[in-house]
Amino acid sequence: MRIVFKTDYMQDIRPWKDGHQLVLYLILLAVVAAAPWWLDDFYLGELTNVLIWAIAGLGLMVLTGYTGQVSLGHAAFLAFGCYANVILLEAGVPFLIAFPLAGILTGIAGVTVAIPALRLHGIYLAIFTMALSILMDDVIVLAEPITGGVGGKFIGGVDIFGLTIDRWGTPVHFFWLVLVVAVLVTLGFINLLRAPLGRSFIAVRDSEVSAQAMGVDIARTKMISFALSCAVTGWAGALMGMFSGAFNNETFSVVISIQLLMMIVIGGLGSIHGAFLGAIIVGFLPQFLSISKEYVGALFGGNTVAIPGLEFGIFGMILIAFILFEPMGMYGRWLKIRTWFELFPFYRKDMFKRQKSYLKTERLR
Amino acid sequence: MSLLAFQNVTLKFGGLTAVNDLSFSVEEGEVFAIVGPNGAGKSTVFNLISRFYDPIAGSIRFDGHDLLQVKPSGVAAYGVARTFQNIELFEHATVLQNLLVGRHRHRKTNLISEVLFLPSARRQELENREKVEEIIDFLDLQAYRDKMISGLPYGVRKVVEVARALATEPKLLLLDEPASGLSVEETSDLRWWIDDIRRQMGITVLMVEHDMGLVSGVSDRVLAMADGAMLALGTPAEVQSHPAVVEAYLGKAS
Repeated sequence: MRIVFKTDYMQDIRPWKDGHQLVLYLILLAVVAAAPWWLDDFYLGELTNVLIWAIAGLGLMVLTGYTGQVSLGHAAFLAFGCYANVILLEAGVPFLIAFPLAGILTGIAGVTVAIPALRLHGIYLAIFTMALSILMDDVIVLAEPITGGVGGKFIGGVDIFGLTIDRWGTPVHFFWLVLVVAVLVTLGFINLLRAPLGRSFIAVRDSEVSAQAMGVDIARTKMISFALSCAVTGWAGALMGMFSGAFNNETFSVVISIQLLMMIVIGGLGSIHGAFLGAIIVGFLPQFLSISKEYVGALFGGNTVAIPGLEFGIFGMILIAFILFEPMGMYGRWLKIRTWFELFPFYRKDMFKRQKSYLKTERLR
Repeated sequence: MSLLAFQNVTLKFGGLTAVNDLSFSVEEGEVFAIVGPNGAGKSTVFNLISRFYDPIAGSIRFDGHDLLQVKPSGVAAYGVARTFQNIELFEHATVLQNLLVGRHRHRKTNLISEVLFLPSARRQELENREKVEEIIDFLDLQAYRDKMISGLPYGVRKVVEVARALATEPKLLLLDEPASGLSVEETSDLRWWIDDIRRQMGITVLMVEHDMGLVSGVSDRVLAMADGAMLALGTPAEVQSHPAVVEAYLGKAS
């Protein structure tokens, strides 16, 4: 077990615990950045997809994991970001301006939505935002002149300083674009969490009364949280649109919203790691299922019959298992495993008990 | 001029009068205690100061400001900090983070400088740490600084709440039943701390407390309340022997 002695205030302020941890994360980043050399195009595409989901997850994590506001409507903001990006690109705006702007516009849309949502808590907020998600579908159909309606829109490659970025033509470039966005969003998130604003999010989540008594303006904090969350989600949406190449009103359905929320619950609410771990599950599950179906088919001599709803069925079961046995998500499980090794042989079974019971009852108030 | 002044404050919840025409003032530098039987309206007085309720009549002034003009989140900015009867800490955060939230009213950075963590944000964080570490030293919380609140024992949580209030660098500290649920030893610690808060830090303390030992030990003046109205106001000894107070607690001799 490494024990870090604190001798300097900066040790608490900077994002990494010590040099050891920093090196580990840099190695991880280097390995991921080098993925084009050790993965073929198919799996590189899958990895890109996982990273895009992770960005969307980070967006929702700000709102749900840190500010405690449940949203089942984030597919609407994914759609907003996606359409904003494409419409701006079609209007001739260069990608380097259109992309950030798409996120900012989504953030503004998020604030507009947040104003009536400020008084809602827990399940009521979830229903309200879910309605948004359903509404967005109709709005896209109705606003056909702008959005292309049911026919949808298509997006090809974009240029950054003459470098073509195309999901199909140059998947490697697209992967790096997504990686850069993911890293920047993560860094921004980390910075926020070690600054007063991030702490006021946590304060609002855990106790609104005492946050208020400490001088935190609840309405304003929730609004900023909505804005940041939606902006990041908008960027994820823009990338999702570029990833799929074509989309219409049904691409960002309410199912995507639910999937997104489930993703961060499985990953672990209230942690940055949770967004990434959840994205790995959600992103790889369909592929994992189709691959394992082939094996199972070969094993029992049957052919590979498509079972309708299999993916959602398994997803649902995984979710139920997590809520029952590990409400802190994959990151919580990882923390326990790590603590077990660090403290070996002194780990006690109930070490994380109190946090667990707290998460079960009060988080989604 | 007094630091905090209640003038003819009345608060009603429907037909129930929670606070009835209450007037009192707290002078700078004193320890002022409010006592009274359950339901007397003591905590309601605190919640009025925190602006959780709007009185239907009267005025509350603090340090030259009309408190009724500000939002609940604006009260802290004037220098009022409080603790809660049923501990309201940020459960899923560390002790250090809880105290740092207390520094929120001193925030000078904005969203952009925090997301980019510019040197100004870094400087502010260092200043915050310095102040928070002073308070951790003052209340002997060193052993718990990186612990999650959800895993802490009750007595420690009580102290953390006081620490978080002190981290705001208040002029007036409101303590809502600081000794409830504490052991005898912890209560006597608390007594010295309240004394030190007043003497060393120069903070005025207003507290609601049932433990008469603590009240008479630290407070300069005591306000006794019953049914939302004032019964008696004076030194601890005067209030304890006041016939109306004795009657409120023990009933009339028949």
